[in-house]
Amino acid sequence: MSFLGFLDGLGGPHVRDGVIHLVVVLASVHALAAVTAIHVPHIRYLAILPEIVMLGGAVLLLGVASLSDRPVRMSVTTVGTVVISGASMGLAWWQWADVRQHGPFTTVAGAVVTDGFSALIAILASTAMLLTALVGDGYLRREGVEGPEFHVLAMVSASGAMIMGQANDLIVIFLGLEIMSIALYVLAALNPRRATSGEAALKYFVLGSFSSAIFVYGIALTYGATGGTNLAHLTSYLSTHALSSNGVLLAGMGLLLVGFGFKVAAVPFHMWTPDVYQGAPSPVTGFMAAIAKAGGFAALLRVFVSSFGTLRPDWRPIVYVIAIVTLVVGAGLAVVQRDVKRMLAYSSINHAGFVLLGLQAADARGVSAALYYVFTYSFMVIGSFAVVTLLGRSGDVGHDIAGYRALARRQPVLALAFAVLLLAQAGVPFTTGFLAKLQVVAAVVDAHSAPLGFVAMGSAAIAAFFYLRVAVLMYTPRRPRWVPPGREIVFDPIVGPQASTAAREGSGVSGQAEPEIAPGGSLDGGTAEGAVATVPRTLAELRLWSGSERTVAVVERLNADLLIDREAEAVEDGAGGRRVRVPPAAIVAIGICIAVTVVFGIVPGPLVDFTHHSTLLLLR
Amino acid sequence: MSSSFPYVTVLVLLPAAGALGAAASARVPRKLVEAGAVAVSLVTLGFAAAMTVAFKAGDGGFQFVSRHVWAQPLGISWYVGVDGISVFLVLMATVLFPIALAGARTREDPRAFVAWMLLLESACIGSFVSLDLIFFFLFFEVSLVPMYFIISGWGFVRRAYAAVKFFVYTVAGSAFLLVGILVVAFIHESQTGVLTFALPALERTHFSGTTGVLLFLAFTAAFAVKAPLFPFHTWSPDAYTEAPAGGSMILAAVLAKLGTYGLLRFDLDLFPHASKVLAPLLLTLAVIGVLYGAIVACAQRDLKRVVAYSSLAQIGFIALGVFAFTTQGLTGGVLLMVNHGLVTAGLFLLIGWIYERRSTWQLSELRGLQTPAPLLAAAFSVIMLASIGVPGLNGFVSEFLVLLGSFLTHRWWAVAATTGVVFAAIYLLWAFQQAFHGKPDPATATVADLSWTERVVVAPLVILIVLLGVYPKPVLDRITPSVNEVIARVELVSKAPAHPQVVVKHSPVAGSKREGAAQ
Repeated sequence: MSFLGFLDGLGGPHVRDGVIHLVVVLASVHALAAVTAIHVPHIRYLAILPEIVMLGGAVLLLGVASLSDRPVRMSVTTVGTVVISGASMGLAWWQWADVRQHGPFTTVAGAVVTDGFSALIAILASTAMLLTALVGDGYLRREGVEGPEFHVLAMVSASGAMIMGQANDLIVIFLGLEIMSIALYVLAALNPRRATSGEAALKYFVLGSFSSAIFVYGIALTYGATGGTNLAHLTSYLSTHALSSNGVLLAGMGLLLVGFGFKVAAVPFHMWTPDVYQGAPSPVTGFMAAIAKAGGFAALLRVFVSSFGTLRPDWRPIVYVIAIVTLVVGAGLAVVQRDVKRMLAYSSINHAGFVLLGLQAADARGVSAALYYVFTYSFMVIGSFAVVTLLGRSGDVGHDIAGYRALARRQPVLALAFAVLLLAQAGVPFTTGFLAKLQVVAAVVDAHSAPLGFVAMGSAAIAAFFYLRVAVLMYTPRRPRWVPPGREIVFDPIVGPQASTAAREGSGVSGQAEPEIAPGGSLDGGTAEGAVATVPRTLAELRLWSGSERTVAVVERLNADLLIDREAEAVEDGAGGRRVRVPPAAIVAIGICIAVTVVFGIVPGPLVDFTHHSTLLLLR
Repeated sequence: MSSSFPYVTVLVLLPAAGALGAAASARVPRKLVEAGAVAVSLVTLGFAAAMTVAFKAGDGGFQFVSRHVWAQPLGISWYVGVDGISVFLVLMATVLFPIALAGARTREDPRAFVAWMLLLESACIGSFVSLDLIFFFLFFEVSLVPMYFIISGWGFVRRAYAAVKFFVYTVAGSAFLLVGILVVAFIHESQTGVLTFALPALERTHFSGTTGVLLFLAFTAAFAVKAPLFPFHTWSPDAYTEAPAGGSMILAAVLAKLGTYGLLRFDLDLFPHASKVLAPLLLTLAVIGVLYGAIVACAQRDLKRVVAYSSLAQIGFIALGVFAFTTQGLTGGVLLMVNHGLVTAGLFLLIGWIYERRSTWQLSELRGLQTPAPLLAAAFSVIMLASIGVPGLNGFVSEFLVLLGSFLTHRWWAVAATTGVVFAAIYLLWAFQQAFHGKPDPATATVADLSWTERVVVAPLVILIVLLGVYPKPVLDRITPSVNEVIARVELVSKAPAHPQVVVKHSPVAGSKREGAAQ
């Protein structure tokens, strides 16, 4: 039972925290009971059925695995998880149908709400879980860490995100946050053979605990200022009371924002993201990106737009600034990354900035846009990390961008899939990514924050650059295309001038004698305003020029262009050149992700309506 | 008004389907893929030609309109149609794509190349026919991606630099466009309660003076980069030069027109008042572009860059015509868009063939091409003379109309721009002389003349250039009614008494001042 040991080791303080919070909850329930008549809160089980199924399924799976004599086969665990997630998803759809018909409702003494918003998050979380189970299956087999822990923890985490979506009480939000996060901490450390995995988990855990503490402090201050933690109470209290001095409330609100900002990886609370995304096992990273953003943004939107709605003038400027730095830092730092997982980590920060635009708009259009963004981004990011998982090869280490060179030649379908997912993240039209960006930008423009829209579009341009770079690299063959035979070695920095002599002697006359040569013989064709117009074009000229500073300068400039190329060759000559095996489960998962991304990009109606109605059905 | 056959939708979807087919044809021989792509683009041309024939002359409105809701809560609909302005741009694009596909083939990975080219064709046609602003933006943006891949995948030495520069510049411009579109739609929503991106509806939106000017600038930023207008042109010589022959053709001939078309269609229609107010600025930039492009072209020692800069000068002429606000100027501008497309595409095509033979564009090395390749020289000279604006060829008609139209309202701008015509004669004749005349050196003497395929490919361009120069009437008859509608609208709104305070407040234009004084 290494799993429980792990949980104890990492979750120790949290278990204590949990107990304390349980006491707090019981005390508040007790206080409530003392004020009103004593009664057990009525529970409408439909409201919490998806969570019950998900959590119960996790416990069941763990129990079966613990009690059985032989190790449970991987396929059984995966199929079980898929069935459980599917059931949970079905129940969430049932909730959705019920809410559409009868309207939203609260239960468990107003602590839990079921509305379109929560149903959407539940559907999203269970779908993410289902896809992750499929992606994780192949990964766990490949890495030889078969066992139910991955799926069990992921299901626990997914149920936490669902709870965050449904929470109608700050305390319940915190419960959901912790259920989600603690499982994610352990998941990050899941692969004991990767040193980076443990490091990532520890970083995530320590920083996550800090943010949880800050979040709780925020709850406490909010409670102190308003006398309650229930969101409905907050809403009505803030709309009926004019606070003469609301410093405590604002401080509480700020601390809550910090806590949420950490979970959704908004700058300046993003420091953990690149390390954790890079270190965690790749399927976990995809899951984490989807789930933590879904849960975090669900609660963030509900608390701020709905409960702190009357304080909009106070928090909208803060979110404005956070959104700008998140957009810029995420896009800017992603450009310089050489590791695909780190690049996707920074890109996820950039995406968080986009979702924050929806929050900044702080109206129905904004919330709807943010929901749409979170929903569609989940499919893109899980799909992307599914491809990254496959290409990471055994040991989950091959994530250097250079390793993606010429992927299209080795595995055209996989390369196409990754290209589609990256382009969708870049916001290319006829994918959901475009509509997601369009809607959030439309929302801020509508909310009179047009400059934010400019910044967002600018960051999208930067982001498009690094997505395209990977996409192009996958379709670029090993050799730089523009260099005609006979001349390539002269300009090749690896081989150097000796080889150039050999090439001269060997090839005789240069490219012009060979009409078959591909475009690109002329070096001076591309110089700006003819600055280096006298660079040698023929070998005869080069002979005169070689050794002069000018040639060196040209070679260096070309080297800069070819930096990635050279390193790619080095990687490819190593382990990177082989095809990777693609398990069927991963094909299904990636297929679903791409289908959702492309189909709803071309036929946007249903999904846009879905998020639109979910927002309209938000209980206020 | 609209025919039952959805010409426009077919025109947009057909090349895209061809692109998918080309991308999926992994096991098909490359020759077959290339032939298939040419066939698809020829069928598209057939549809475009049929549509042009069916187009009713004398009707300035949109024809062949089809409209379907795409995303209901967002107010976006598939709303396409053509008027006398866009129908010829579509036709021009559909003429040029088969020529580019057949004439400028690549040796490396032709499957991907033709797939990108067909996707690009779809995006270009889509931009010309979209009447929904979001769909316009969408096609405007989609056109970037294939072009980026074409430059970076099949370009020359500095293709990576050129591709990124092209991409970053245009995307930065588009950021302003999208925000501008959204602001327009939301202002319209606040005035009417309907969220829509349909151009005919948004045309009726009223903007206050400052808002209109700011929005005009936001739209213009995107179009000026794409066109490119001076001083937003710095990406274009690099991109034109580094792109492979087919890419340069489409980039200069068709993609650039997205920018000038956007200026005409969206800037003038949506912000007639701001257009009028800011016309002197745009006209000045246009004239600077004409002169700057011409002077820099004179200084080039590289044939491809000569054409790249001459293209910049021609775009200046188009903008001059558009912002002259006269029937002649605008008609000339639209016609020049078409003519410039044909001429520039022809020049880049021939330059690509010269490169295939000699592996260089350096004028100093290309000497005496005429002797071994008389047909190549003949084709080049006809197209070049059209670019200079020699009477009897198409360039003359449009440049003359532009200068005439702008002279009527903006005399001194027209005078300054006329010198650009003189410069064009200098640099193009000079370049021609250096490359084709003289005694060929040994490497040039063995160059082959145009093959039969090449003759067939370039012949339609030469024929169209002559035809449009001799008898442009059918084209002008269809362009003029649509142009008159645009001008009538600009004149009506910019002199509307509904906003007298606006007219008085922002009226550096002489006409508006008189109007204000009369009141």
